[in-house]
Amino acid sequence: MQQIISFIIKYKYFLFFLLLETLALTFTIQSHSFHKSKFVNSANIFTGGIYKRINNFKEYTNLRIHNNQLLEENVRLKNRLSKQFIDSTSNSISVNDSVKYLQKYSYTPGKIINNQYHKKYNYLTLNKGIIDGVKPDQGVVNSNGIIGITNTISNNYATVLSILNENSKINVKLLNSLHYGTLIWDGKDYNVLQLDDLPIQANIKKGDTIITGGKSTIFPEGIPVGSIIDIFKENNSYKSINIKLFNDMSAIGPVNIITNFDKEEINQLEENLN
Amino acid sequence: MNDIIKNSLLFISLILIQIIVLNNILFLGYINPLLYILFIIVFPLRRDRGLLLILSFLLGLIIDFFLDSGGTNAAATVGIAYLRLPLLKALMRKSEIDFPVFKVSKLPFTTLIYFIAILTFTHHLILFSIEYFKFSEITIILSRTILTSIFTIILIIFSLLLMNKSKS
Repeated sequence: MQQIISFIIKYKYFLFFLLLETLALTFTIQSHSFHKSKFVNSANIFTGGIYKRINNFKEYTNLRIHNNQLLEENVRLKNRLSKQFIDSTSNSISVNDSVKYLQKYSYTPGKIINNQYHKKYNYLTLNKGIIDGVKPDQGVVNSNGIIGITNTISNNYATVLSILNENSKINVKLLNSLHYGTLIWDGKDYNVLQLDDLPIQANIKKGDTIITGGKSTIFPEGIPVGSIIDIFKENNSYKSINIKLFNDMSAIGPVNIITNFDKEEINQLEENLN
Repeated sequence: MNDIIKNSLLFISLILIQIIVLNNILFLGYINPLLYILFIIVFPLRRDRGLLLILSFLLGLIIDFFLDSGGTNAAATVGIAYLRLPLLKALMRKSEIDFPVFKVSKLPFTTLIYFIAILTFTHHLILFSIEYFKFSEITIILSRTILTSIFTIILIIFSLLLMNKSKS
């Protein structure tokens, strides 16, 4: 017994050092496993508050870019509206029963107050939280494409698992065919992502557009993602396909958070299968 | 008492500088100098090493909170905090150090550079190894370690010079 105590006293700093290292490594491993409530995250009131202050200053440097993005989005939406006007004048007007057409998605505005794109596991911080009705596993998009999926939530802030994260897997498809694939990132260039699991039957060429697939309950179908820039083939299958994002992930400000009203129903149905 | 206030001010200001300024530099797209380890270099040497271990763990963890990086910074800072005393003894070729009067800034210049360089390099190597944690990406780990270390070491030396100038 005395030997144990003297051993502990002799090596007390080393043992203390080991304890702290184990604690740090536990936090690291916890943060790498997806879908787990994490202790270390930037969605708390302290870090979120500081990031919000910093962002108040930094916002001004990107105002021009954000204005242009909003302008382009407005033009796109107005063009879509004007197409519908032509339709309704040429045909006889029919009144839709609004009860028959349920709303499926709703969009909440938000702002990215901390952006990361140079690491292997990138997370963003969002200025919306539980109070604004944000929940884990909601899609985050801006006018140029997808950004990520909400991860941990506090009262006023949320962290977003960026598409520039090796844990991120997003269902996408080709614009001009019905073939599905998975969007992943290899951790190298923040403008270039990879398309995985695409069957060889899909006939692709450089410049083809990739959009979200809508197979999951997170993103609606048809949000633009990027275009194909490189195709590598091996043994009669696609080895890797590089995609250039439409979005500039190094400058994102205003975003939309997507709520899917059918999510619970779909999840419940799929759980019953297992 | 004076020492406590000075060190806590240093602790807070280093975190703020790291978060507000240095994490946004992104030189060449991915290099951010990590100046906050200056705290471990200038913290007064004591016979009791427990306090430094706790403080460096907290320092790393706060940085981790801001960067959403789990516990990678905490692990690296605790590592160099433990390594500091044995390294100093080895560099000065002494088995005992006169604790109350010892000051890092009074070291001979070459010894000081070696001391800073070895601590910084070890810190960055631990940090990036844990972040990537794959043997196949050893080239990325090493290149990031070396490039980031260069910037951190330059910044640390400059801030040490500034701190000494304002004192005298």
